[in-house]
Amino acid sequence: MQNSISFFTGFGINDLWFLGEAALKTLWISVLSISVGTLLGTFFGWVLHEGKLAATLTIAPVLDVFRSVPLIIQLVLFYNFAPIIGLNFDPFLSGVVILTFYTASLVANVARGGIEAVPQSMRRASRSLGMSYWQDLFHVVLPIGGRAVFPAWIGVVLGVMKDSALVSVLGYVELLKASQVLITRTQEPLLILAIAGAFYFALSYPISRYANKFEQRWSK
Amino acid sequence: MIQVRDLHKHFGDLHVLKGINLDVNKGEVLSVIGSSGSGKSTLLYCLNSLEQIQQGSVHVDGIDVHAKSTGVNTLRQKLGMVFQQWNSFPHLTVLENVALSPRIVKGKSKEEAIAMAEKQLKHVGLGDKFKHYPNSLSGGQQQRLAIARALAMEPEYMLFDEATSALDPEKVGEVLDTMRLLAEEGMTMICVTHEMGFAKEVSDRVAYFHNGIMEEIGPPEQLFGSPQSEHTRKFLANVR
Ligand SMILES: Nc1ncnc2c1ncn2[C@@H]1O[C@H](COP(=O)(O)OP(=O)(O)OP(=O)(O)O)[C@@H](O)[C@H]1O
Ligand SMILES: [Mg+2]
Repeated sequence: MQNSISFFTGFGINDLWFLGEAALKTLWISVLSISVGTLLGTFFGWVLHEGKLAATLTIAPVLDVFRSVPLIIQLVLFYNFAPIIGLNFDPFLSGVVILTFYTASLVANVARGGIEAVPQSMRRASRSLGMSYWQDLFHVVLPIGGRAVFPAWIGVVLGVMKDSALVSVLGYVELLKASQVLITRTQEPLLILAIAGAFYFALSYPISRYANKFEQRWSK
Repeated sequence: MIQVRDLHKHFGDLHVLKGINLDVNKGEVLSVIGSSGSGKSTLLYCLNSLEQIQQGSVHVDGIDVHAKSTGVNTLRQKLGMVFQQWNSFPHLTVLENVALSPRIVKGKSKEEAIAMAEKQLKHVGLGDKFKHYPNSLSGGQQQRLAIARALAMEPEYMLFDEATSALDPEKVGEVLDTMRLLAEEGMTMICVTHEMGFAKEVSDRVAYFHNGIMEEIGPPEQLFGSPQSEHTRKFLANVR
């Protein structure tokens, strides 16, 4: 009896720090994969839009795979098979790589939609002013198309942030994994899951709030 | 001067322009009329290389528009263009809409670009809208914004592709007035239009397009008064 009491200790302030730190790791892994994945995905979206036949035949199916195979399977497969081709990534890096490509595959469609949201006549108008292809792309298509698909992109961001929890299957101690560790020790699943949920909410809520503000400002 | 010689344009199997020959002199106002699908817009797009051509040539001030060695982005600065859709940049204020291309295309300083934008906006009667966003403007105002935006590149020619066709009837007048003002100031203009009154009053010459062929061209009195071609007569009888 005595032993088991000292083994299952209650939830303390230190544990809160432990969870907080894990939340920062979730944030960090998400920020990395979302920013690199967004850049990469935007590039892929542009390639898909330009429709160079070869690119469409090569990139599109690969993106489809990343989009449709469950993330957890991608993570486990990559973590276990990458060493065979000489890539000895730790759980963190494996998670970032897979989450980045996963994000990119989602953003590619969003980005293509953004480019296609800019009417052809708008692009002709900017070219008729003497803008080069790239000037039109950066000064006209990016801001106009970007705003059109901003809500969809925020959706991807929030989704990836939640999905980053799956990196815990590789043993990386982010928020979800940290909660599991604490639950095993304290045997207080409800309390700890509630706290972890609150952390996820605290990460996501500011993003959706901030996004709303932007959308309102742009719709004026 | 714009010189079009034996211009042919195909979209796949569709032969849209079938050998156009046309000279437009400096200071001249040419109106282009004709039924839908006759190739009027396509002709304008071929003049500033927004469309490629399959045969013939277009020269603007002696520059071969479709030559490989021609820098189209420089050439297009000579030819302002206004479309049926006004295409305002919704993310920029009225002033920024006009100042953008002088700054990024011509490489003007911010101050110079803004000064140019203010000047052209006053020119088209939008001097009190600098800080507004386009979606708070009426269609007529947005089309005048498009005209100011084109003028800010200091073009020597202005191409209008049915600039008033998408407007509410009560807004047509203000845009035509702006076009009339430019004509009076000596701008060289090619106006594709369905506004026969405008074509009659403002243009030096009127061209009638039918099925990819320029059926007839001449002073408005002649084209409207005593059209030579059967097709022209039929078309005019229908629009009157
Ligand atoms: N990008 C394109 N691809 C294929 N066909 C086209 C394209 N642009 C125009 N066409 C076709 O070329 C023909 C001429 O079109 P154009 O737009 O020049 O006519 P238009 O005289 O300006 O008519 P409207 O008064 O309706 O504007 C039409 O049959 C049109 O369908
Ligand atoms: Mg047309």
